[in-house]
Amino acid sequence: MKKIPQQLVLFIYAAIIILPFSMVLFATFKTTPELYKNPLGMPESWSFANYQDLFLKESMVTYFMNSVIVTGVSVVCIIFFASLIAYAIIRMPKKAGLALFGFFVVGMMVPTQVNMIPIYLLVNKLGMLDTLRGVIFVSIGFLIPIAVFILTGFMKTLPDGLIEAAKIDGASEWQTYLRVVMPLSLPSVATVVIFAFVIVWNDLLYPLLLLKSSEVKTLPIALLDFQGQYLTNYPMIFAGVIIASIPMIVAYVFLQRYFVAGMTAGSVKG
Amino acid sequence: MQSNNNVERVGGASVASPYVASTAKKRKKKWNWALFFFVLPGFIIYSVFFAGPTVAALFLSLTDWNGIAPTFNYVGFSNYTNMLTDDPIFVQSLGNNLKFTLGVLIFQTVLSLFFAMLLVKNTKANIFYRAVYFFPTIVASVSVAFVWTFMYDPNIGVINNILSAVGLENLAKSWLGDRNIAIYSLAFVQFWAHTGQMLIIFVAGLHAIPKELYEAAEIEGASKWQTFKSITWPLLAPSATIVVAYTTIQSFKAFDLVIAMTGGGPSYATEILSTFLYHEAFINFRFGYASAAAVIFMIIIAIVTVLQFRLLKSNDVKF
Repeated sequence: MKKIPQQLVLFIYAAIIILPFSMVLFATFKTTPELYKNPLGMPESWSFANYQDLFLKESMVTYFMNSVIVTGVSVVCIIFFASLIAYAIIRMPKKAGLALFGFFVVGMMVPTQVNMIPIYLLVNKLGMLDTLRGVIFVSIGFLIPIAVFILTGFMKTLPDGLIEAAKIDGASEWQTYLRVVMPLSLPSVATVVIFAFVIVWNDLLYPLLLLKSSEVKTLPIALLDFQGQYLTNYPMIFAGVIIASIPMIVAYVFLQRYFVAGMTAGSVKG
Repeated sequence: MQSNNNVERVGGASVASPYVASTAKKRKKKWNWALFFFVLPGFIIYSVFFAGPTVAALFLSLTDWNGIAPTFNYVGFSNYTNMLTDDPIFVQSLGNNLKFTLGVLIFQTVLSLFFAMLLVKNTKANIFYRAVYFFPTIVASVSVAFVWTFMYDPNIGVINNILSAVGLENLAKSWLGDRNIAIYSLAFVQFWAHTGQMLIIFVAGLHAIPKELYEAAEIEGASKWQTFKSITWPLLAPSATIVVAYTTIQSFKAFDLVIAMTGGGPSYATEILSTFLYHEAFINFRFGYASAAAVIFMIIIAIVTVLQFRLLKSNDVKF
């Protein structure tokens, strides 16, 4: 049993975390004057008018789908490409593997803002400005280093004998990768999925840089525009915040263990 | 000689596998051209969309390009010298970055360690608290920014309302509008959003400390402070290194928060390196100059990362 002061400290800090979120959730059911009068409390009535308004005035479904496409395609490609690389690194002669590992992992040191100008110019040149493709390619390129880092680290710990056994049974590299190494690497794959999911879904910089028209906007950038558009209509902005956060919250509640592993595996990356 | 080598390597790998003995001779890995195709797709995307642009930033930083004109001049290191000697806004951004990072670093490290020590045991209540504290980490920083923009609002904001409700209305401030405190208001949001994440790293570090050490200390009659000083702290050094380096790098990159909450204002009071170079590039169209800022930014992050690896290595801890 903990001492009372300790319990109190823990409780107060939990309140500091929860209150702003409950305020946001309650606010989405209030009118603007009601929010100003009573910012923290429960709404007088649970009206969905703000959500309705938001869906009527804004193409929320499009923004949401754009986020789903960008995140989904990016995460799948990151896992696929990075796990192939990680497998190749542990299978090739040691020195070559180390060199390749270094080539990818050095990218973890580069903050995303550093190369944004050349990225912008490149995507423009390729005619992919204002397309989801552009953001997807850039997101994959930016997250491959951390994914290779995590997956290689894990695959290295798999017993060599298993892969040798598959080889003796006549399996090709592709079959060994798909049937032996990948199934055993699922814990680290889960870590990378969560990590990439959180980063890409929440990413502001690349969409801000590469997407302009409203048909291709993702949720974070749409939210940023709401701020300018609805100024002090906080209930409406907050409704957007809730919609943008729902997939993340649902995933967090069910996959909490993997979230914690995923977000701390990023300890070497931000 | 050869067989000795093999035995050693077998010892290092899984001894349990029945295949080990029979395959020991084939152990040297050979090139298989299939692997080349395994690497190819990721290699191309990473080279074209990330590594290449990074190198290009180095070249751009030596030019005076404005991003629009068809031509540009090679200007050597003058972007760098101008920036470091004759750009008050750059210097201010660097200073703001330092204030922000130091503020977050101190509070976040101390408090996440404090909470980790309170929540180290895997009881139901502790796991629940950890989950709550961790939660803001997964919310988009744009969303976090809006939440706190409202909390900080000078007229309708929750903070000023609470202050006046408890009779402290003279402490009420324009949290984001006051030049002297805006950067610290932002630092608090960063702290609020990421303390739970650092806490988890510390909890993992605490779990890795052998229980026998604490039992021995108890038998010896060591005080709580002595136990912390001579067992917990030294053995926690690797986690602390990770937390400090991670916090520093994360704070340097607090781009989203600044863009969504203040845009760098009022009058550059919250401009940090990452937003400075974004504004230079896409508002002022000084691509060459902004690239020089980017390179300086990269060098600072690289130094922090290398220091982190050095420290971890000297602690001789694998992770």
